[in-house]
Amino acid sequence: MADKILKTCLLAGRIMIEGGSEMYRVDDTMARIAKNAGETAPQVFTTPTGLFIGVAGQPDVQIAPVSQRGIDMEKVAGVNNLSRQFAAGEIDLDALYAALEKLDRNTPFFPVWLQIIAAALCSTTLMVIFAQKYDFFDMPLAAVVGAIGFAVYLRMSSLTKVRFMSELLGAFAVGLAAWLGVRLGVGRSLNNVIVGAVMPLVPGVAITNSIRDMLAGHLLSGMARGMEAILSACAIGAGVAIIFRFF
Amino acid sequence: MPLPVQILIQVSFSYLSTIAFAIIINVPHRALNPAGWAGAIGWLVYWSLMQLATGRMLANLLGAFAIGICGLIFSRRKKMPVIIFNIPGLVPLVPGATAYQAVRALVLGNFDQALSLTFRVAMVAGAIAVGFMMAQLLAEQTYRRAAMPLEK
Repeated sequence: MADKILKTCLLAGRIMIEGGSEMYRVDDTMARIAKNAGETAPQVFTTPTGLFIGVAGQPDVQIAPVSQRGIDMEKVAGVNNLSRQFAAGEIDLDALYAALEKLDRNTPFFPVWLQIIAAALCSTTLMVIFAQKYDFFDMPLAAVVGAIGFAVYLRMSSLTKVRFMSELLGAFAVGLAAWLGVRLGVGRSLNNVIVGAVMPLVPGVAITNSIRDMLAGHLLSGMARGMEAILSACAIGAGVAIIFRFF
Repeated sequence: MPLPVQILIQVSFSYLSTIAFAIIINVPHRALNPAGWAGAIGWLVYWSLMQLATGRMLANLLGAFAIGICGLIFSRRKKMPVIIFNIPGLVPLVPGATAYQAVRALVLGNFDQALSLTFRVAMVAGAIAVGFMMAQLLAEQTYRRAAMPLEK
């Protein structure tokens, strides 16, 4: 019984971290599930790369490694919802575990074409906002370049598990497409177009979240996520800089 | 450009960009619209303060504070985690573009520029994080005896 409870908690925690949840929420949800399932003194220790849960004064401890971390809000919302239903007594432990497994295997996703269109929209609107000059002439190019960069990133992510490489190549595609566009006279400001077009890839949220984790006392999580964000920024900056070096 | 038009452009573009980013990070359908509003309100606060020349840190801090408050209100109403509204809402504020520029300057050998941009990233991210914490603190104080427990 205790085994099943710990297993369910770990699965919930792992899905939440893979979805990019804040650490305190992972802690809280895991402890809550354990308590609602009847374990009075769960001991939870969470890091972005692995989870530990045990019961105070008992020999049972289980761990779960977390190998991939992204941002997927549907997962966070899903686990939150299930945990709430479990707390209200609407589902029992077995149903909770089954639902979590289902959520882990097939999270509903927006179709790829919609994501690419969203990347285009995100790039072009953010470019105008950031440039502070109402640079409407470059909008179409920024949209196209942003879509290309994001599409390359998605394609590479499905080919390789190394995020650094997919980000590097995505940023390289952004740089190349933007340079070509400006060369062909479709755009005016190479800098503005690139700043807009890298926005769907850039790790701004990860940087902020890592600092927030650290301020909240999750030092280990903050460091791990901050490192991940720095690596992403390096990949993107380097990928684009290749273009500036050669052309 | 007249001011009302500028405000309209800033609000609508930040709203659209937030929703677009929300789609990229797979925010559930029924949270898209509120997330967009959180982003637009946060950006409007930031932009107005920047126009008033209050400085980047204060503008970021109060922008994040506004997003945090919006996120808390929406999360209570929709019964979803705050983070679903906060993360897309933050996208216009967050120093992602600056981080990219810092690395680009570094790779191209402009070390002075790279250093100052890196510090700016750290400071802005810190300001945003503190803004959020303030929103959270305020919410904890006001809603202590609210019908719904805070974190769930």
